[in-house]
Amino acid sequence: MGDISRRDFIKAGAGALVLGSAAAACKSGSGVKAGDTEVSEGMPLRTNPNTGDKVSLLGYGCMRWPMKRDEAGNEVIDQEKVNEMVDYAIEHGVNYFDSAPVYLQGQSEAATAKALSRHPRDSYYIATKLSNHRGFEPTYEAGVAMYRRSLAFYDTDHIDYYLLHNVPGMEAFRQRFLDNGLLDFLLKERAEGRIRNLGFSFHGTERGLDEILALHDTYHWDFCQIQMNYVDWNHGNYSARYAYEELVSRGIPVVIMEPLLGGRLSSVPVPVAERFKEREPSRSVASWAFRFVGTMPGVLTALSGMTYMEHLQDNISTFERFKPLNEEELEFLEEMAGLISNYPLVPCTGCQYCMPCPYGIDIPSIFKHYNSSVNSGLIAQSTEQKDFRKLRKAYLTSYDKAVETVRQADHCISCNSCVPRCPQGIRIPRELRRIDNYVESLKQETF
Amino acid sequence: MLKKTRIALAAVFFVGITLLLVGIGQQWWGWMAKLQFLPACLALNVAVIVALVLLTFVCGRIYCSVICPLGVYQDLVLWVRRTLGKFQMKRFARRAAKAKAAGKPVPKLERRLGKTFGYKPEHKALRYGIWGVFVLCLILGIQVLVALIAPYSAYGRIVTSIVNPVGWVVPLIAFLTLACVTYLAWTDGRSWCNNICPVGTTLSFISRFSLFRMAIDESKCISCGKCYKNCKASCIDGEAHKVDCSRCVVCFDCVEQCSEGALKLRFAYGSKPAAKAVPAPAAAPAPAEPVAPSEAKESASEAPDAGKRAFMLGALMAGSAALLHAQEGEKTDGGLAAILPKKAPKREQRLVPPGAESAKHFYKHCTACQLCVANCPNNVLRPSTDPGHLMQPKMDFDRGFCRPECTNCSQVCPAGAILPITKEEKSMIHIGRAVVDYDLCIANTQGVDCGSCASHCPAGAISMVRKVKDDRQSPLIPSVIEDRCIGCGKCEYLCPSRPISAIHVEGLVSHIKE
Repeated sequence: MGDISRRDFIKAGAGALVLGSAAAACKSGSGVKAGDTEVSEGMPLRTNPNTGDKVSLLGYGCMRWPMKRDEAGNEVIDQEKVNEMVDYAIEHGVNYFDSAPVYLQGQSEAATAKALSRHPRDSYYIATKLSNHRGFEPTYEAGVAMYRRSLAFYDTDHIDYYLLHNVPGMEAFRQRFLDNGLLDFLLKERAEGRIRNLGFSFHGTERGLDEILALHDTYHWDFCQIQMNYVDWNHGNYSARYAYEELVSRGIPVVIMEPLLGGRLSSVPVPVAERFKEREPSRSVASWAFRFVGTMPGVLTALSGMTYMEHLQDNISTFERFKPLNEEELEFLEEMAGLISNYPLVPCTGCQYCMPCPYGIDIPSIFKHYNSSVNSGLIAQSTEQKDFRKLRKAYLTSYDKAVETVRQADHCISCNSCVPRCPQGIRIPRELRRIDNYVESLKQETF
Repeated sequence: MLKKTRIALAAVFFVGITLLLVGIGQQWWGWMAKLQFLPACLALNVAVIVALVLLTFVCGRIYCSVICPLGVYQDLVLWVRRTLGKFQMKRFARRAAKAKAAGKPVPKLERRLGKTFGYKPEHKALRYGIWGVFVLCLILGIQVLVALIAPYSAYGRIVTSIVNPVGWVVPLIAFLTLACVTYLAWTDGRSWCNNICPVGTTLSFISRFSLFRMAIDESKCISCGKCYKNCKASCIDGEAHKVDCSRCVVCFDCVEQCSEGALKLRFAYGSKPAAKAVPAPAAAPAPAEPVAPSEAKESASEAPDAGKRAFMLGALMAGSAALLHAQEGEKTDGGLAAILPKKAPKREQRLVPPGAESAKHFYKHCTACQLCVANCPNNVLRPSTDPGHLMQPKMDFDRGFCRPECTNCSQVCPAGAILPITKEEKSMIHIGRAVVDYDLCIANTQGVDCGSCASHCPAGAISMVRKVKDDRQSPLIPSVIEDRCIGCGKCEYLCPSRPISAIHVEGLVSHIKE
């Protein structure tokens, strides 16, 4: 899908807009008209056609809560900050909170529930998942227990949005939900109202998505969560455009994850950032990414994993004066996506699914450090370069600071156990080797 | 003027060598370490030895006052004491004046902090006894005693133990050395240099006959005693008007003190200067001794050691607790898996750095000054705690490996234990050979597809072979092609088997150059 022309992109984007409106899957709330450049006031709300839920266009992804060390030195969620941010979010109209039993070493649901319990149950929608895809035996009992544990965490009798977590295709679906009878159980729960919307989150290939969507007539998916942003629209390792269009054509509301690629679309290469700033000096780089997904009418909500209050405030200001993108701006974003894809960045979103690496490698930190050097233009090309010594020193010292020596790329043994876990399909050992080779060239000064 | 020059030069050397031992600025003051007497002797660095002998022959033991960092450290200790004494006297004088004005009895000064010296005869038996034992140890290769009292080694040990302590044995010895030297300097000036220090004694043989010696012009001397009261070497015999030049470290303190200009560095083999009265050079008494502020800074940097260690211990405990927690994380996302710290394996044959040629050559020349340890950026070199090679450096690969582009230790070594090599030469020197322990290799025990050692080997010395020949199902295990291995330790460092690596490097009796 990579080599689509700009014209096609526009056509596709505009087509999607029309498609979305025509399907009327999600009626836009509070004055947002698809393709319109009218600025809305207050948090835009989208209507779920199945239940009539008014969902805020900005949803809270609970995979990136701030962490701290407790007295015993364990890494735990900083509950105080979570409470503050949840309060602020709800106060500003955010009402969709998406968590999963496996997030943040298993601590996310409890922390999210704790913060939400301080608000009336009808002021927010709970989204959580059946994460029976790693470590767990995919048995009926284990799955039901996980579901019941979520109900208990939130101290509620119903979950608004329940997802089959990370379904890449038919084979995994059959193994994890069909053969063991878990899907039947969940359909029964939906029928009895304890699950208000049943859907799935998707990471995989176009073919995998086709396989699952083919079951729509049988099971009726109430919603689907996909990765979508202006880079993955045409330039990702799967086509977000294809996924979006397929869902909208079936009238399935789309929940967006990684609208910002784990922050990668807020810290873009400096020359690209400058292009954004030339157009909108006072708007953040991240705001463009949110406006892109928000412009798509089939989108029910766009999840953002906001770690800091500053992220939350910036995103809320983007949505509170939401300005959909026009065709010219969509064209501009496509150009930027092409530019970003030309940098040797590792497409890691820092989701931590690969972690813990059994050999102790700190994979996301290594990639983050490398990407930030690429973005800042601090990657050396040759020893002849005028500022080579400076670049060498800068990379090596910041690398040691960012990642403990025994957790650096050179310690990877290429056991490949991380590869199937990566939702971005990154060949992690190969990328680690690439970074280690770069580090070795810096150290030995051979290019 | 002479004294000020001496202090300025001493400050330069002292700061330079200290920074060198901290690991800073090898390219700027690396030469200062090469000027150290004992390392130069062990390195058979003829040019330096001849230069130092000539220097001493011309004007006495200036070496001890300027070049030797331990000597300068003792001056620093004494300067602290003298300064405190001066403050005490000033305060006392103020109080006395006040009391006098008020008509009260003048209070008595109980204990004077300042130090007054006096002439002491040479402790010949002690001095030459220690020197004899030292030389004997040097010849017999009893390295522990050599490293213990050699001044530069002692100083190096002290600095590295403060900046980057490894284990407890060497820091303990360093602390005891520091305590001993400080005590002697505080109570008795240069007593250590003139009784214990083997380098001081060696130089004294020459300085006894040096061309220019400190001498008292009897015709000018008014026997005020200022000179010997301020002589930290206790070598001025005021009654006989003689200076023992075997102990004089040419610090010019006495010259500065003498209001009559009676003390001078004089040519010892010319006519007696009795009659010719030389006009006194600007010998205005300088009450406050200017010592470079950087010297004071150096001594201040010794304090935060304990705090740092406590902090590190705390961080370590916190870290290990977090690691325990992470082990439960197999079923959830995120967190870091526990990593057991590596332990160095037992090596049958000792490893010594490229450039050392052989363990034998290395240990014969090494004075355990710790300079290579301080300048090893890869955490490979550390002081040994084995009784036979106490404080001399050894190589281990638990925290890093001997990187191909680094020749730091060979560049800094002042004793010729590690001879200078270039980066290109290094790649052709074999210092050891990797040995695989198949009982620990995870490819063998856990059936994991690893090959980390083979893929990282810079010499291409490891190939992965089937455990059972021709059986495609059997795991790939590493095997070392002996003559390709250079012993850099990268395989050992990156081996995932913990705490003991499944592959480790054994030293070669003699290094092989391709």
